[in-house]
Amino acid sequence: MNAIAFDSIARRSLLLDARLEFLRLLRTPSFALPALIFPVMFYLLFGVLMPSGKASAGQYAQYMLATYCVFGVIAPGLFGFGVGVASDRERGLLQLKRALPAPPQNYVLAKLAMALLFAAIIFALMLSTATLAGGVRLGLGQAVLLGLVALLGALPFCALGLLIGSSVGAQAAPAIANLIYLPMAFLSGLWMPLSVLPGFVQSMAPLWPAWHLGQLALAAVDQPSRGGALGHVLYLLLFSLLAAGLATRRLQRTP
Amino acid sequence: MNAASVAQLVAVSKRRGKVQALDGVDMALQRGEVYALLGPNGAGKTTAISLLLGLLQPDAGEAFLFGQPPQSLAARRRIGVMLQSAGLPDALSVAELIAQVRSYYPQPRSLADVSMLAGIESLLPSRYARLSGGQQRRVQFALALCGRPELLFLDEPTVGMDTASREQFWKTIRELVGEGCAVVLTTHYLEEAEALADRVGVLANGRLAFEGSIEAIRARVSQRQIRCISSLTAQQVQNFPQVNSVSRDGEWLSVLTPQPEPVLRQLLAADSGLRELEVRRAGLAEALNSITGVAA
Repeated sequence: MNAIAFDSIARRSLLLDARLEFLRLLRTPSFALPALIFPVMFYLLFGVLMPSGKASAGQYAQYMLATYCVFGVIAPGLFGFGVGVASDRERGLLQLKRALPAPPQNYVLAKLAMALLFAAIIFALMLSTATLAGGVRLGLGQAVLLGLVALLGALPFCALGLLIGSSVGAQAAPAIANLIYLPMAFLSGLWMPLSVLPGFVQSMAPLWPAWHLGQLALAAVDQPSRGGALGHVLYLLLFSLLAAGLATRRLQRTP
Repeated sequence: MNAASVAQLVAVSKRRGKVQALDGVDMALQRGEVYALLGPNGAGKTTAISLLLGLLQPDAGEAFLFGQPPQSLAARRRIGVMLQSAGLPDALSVAELIAQVRSYYPQPRSLADVSMLAGIESLLPSRYARLSGGQQRRVQFALALCGRPELLFLDEPTVGMDTASREQFWKTIRELVGEGCAVVLTTHYLEEAEALADRVGVLANGRLAFEGSIEAIRARVSQRQIRCISSLTAQQVQNFPQVNSVSRDGEWLSVLTPQPEPVLRQLLAADSGLRELEVRRAGLAEALNSITGVAA
């Protein structure tokens, strides 16, 4: 649309936009606290404390590190975009950004950068917790691979968040995001291994994007997983494109 | 397309839902001019502004900003915007908000200049959420000034401001206009249009029912209003020739007439104790009502 859309002004303003987006979320306790604390807290409870004393506790803590990392990095995208976009849309901020000469891609890119930064922090918190409290010892290759899965894995859920934010109002968005987040995490085996859940839950699991990301994370730390990496990546890629495409169409129709 | 105009609508029609919000509207704003867009709620003011800002696309006709489509980033870097509902991020400070908007412009005003012009120096470290409604409005005004705009869009700018802030706001606008900035203003406060506007456009039912100077609008209304304290009853005065309507508010008598002179002679003759006499041309409010009423 604009030949000059990403000139030097746009690049400079993008850095500031991303920084302020991060500050904005950090200063919103209802977002920042659950996003940073819940995965660590749940991991400590269900991954470290409850199974401790059993012979396989060390392996179990490593298995759960992978799935709770995935549980953690879903939140910034799903809530940052889902709740953020819905409220920006409702309060007229999106309109103002469009009227101002804000470069059009800045809004989404700044939110993406913020979600990735939060995902990185969550990954770092989880890894330290697992190492210090769970006695997990990851090799360098395993840690790097899990970090990559955690970071890139946040993207499909940014797209899903954008779809929520472009579809529902600011009041409904947190509820909808939670209604997707918590059941999907459970049904994808992120809270406890799928093997302890009923058979039909196990057979339904390949429907959920969180399951595919979970299997990639488990494979990254050499824990038993189902399916090939390529299939999981393809599923997540298609899922992201579909959600982002639908969201873009909605946003263009109703600003 | 007129090369001198900074913003222009050419035969623009736009439907919003079931309503024809704009119906063949032509409008052109010259450099350095203050144009007030008036009209009742739902007359199409916000639709007109949204088309000029590129937030909406016209169904028919064309909109231009500085001779370019309004979606062009280059054109929008020459404008400043204050929308009616701008829910800025609550968690950011005023200084951060200004820094953010300044970063969108090639040669922004300095933070010091912006805050001085909008009178918000003392608010810079405060979080936006902690400001009063009037203070938030002034911050939004500051954001509109960040880019040294050649054209300012002000949609109901002084709603929520107290009288002193409003006067200050008007003074700043006049300074900017003195430097060559053009302004598109929508307002419900008629004294605001009277205080600022060079030209007024009145929208009614999606059409431009009137366009011209404030004086030209007032001249459209021939009625004069006579007010005085008198012991005459409304019924007595109603029977005078040339009197359209009479109303009494306490001891005040108010008479509407197209020709005040003969009515005044009769009034003074009939009541030797009459005092506090005052004759004035009907105000902008009455003028607007008559224009939008005719068009409807």
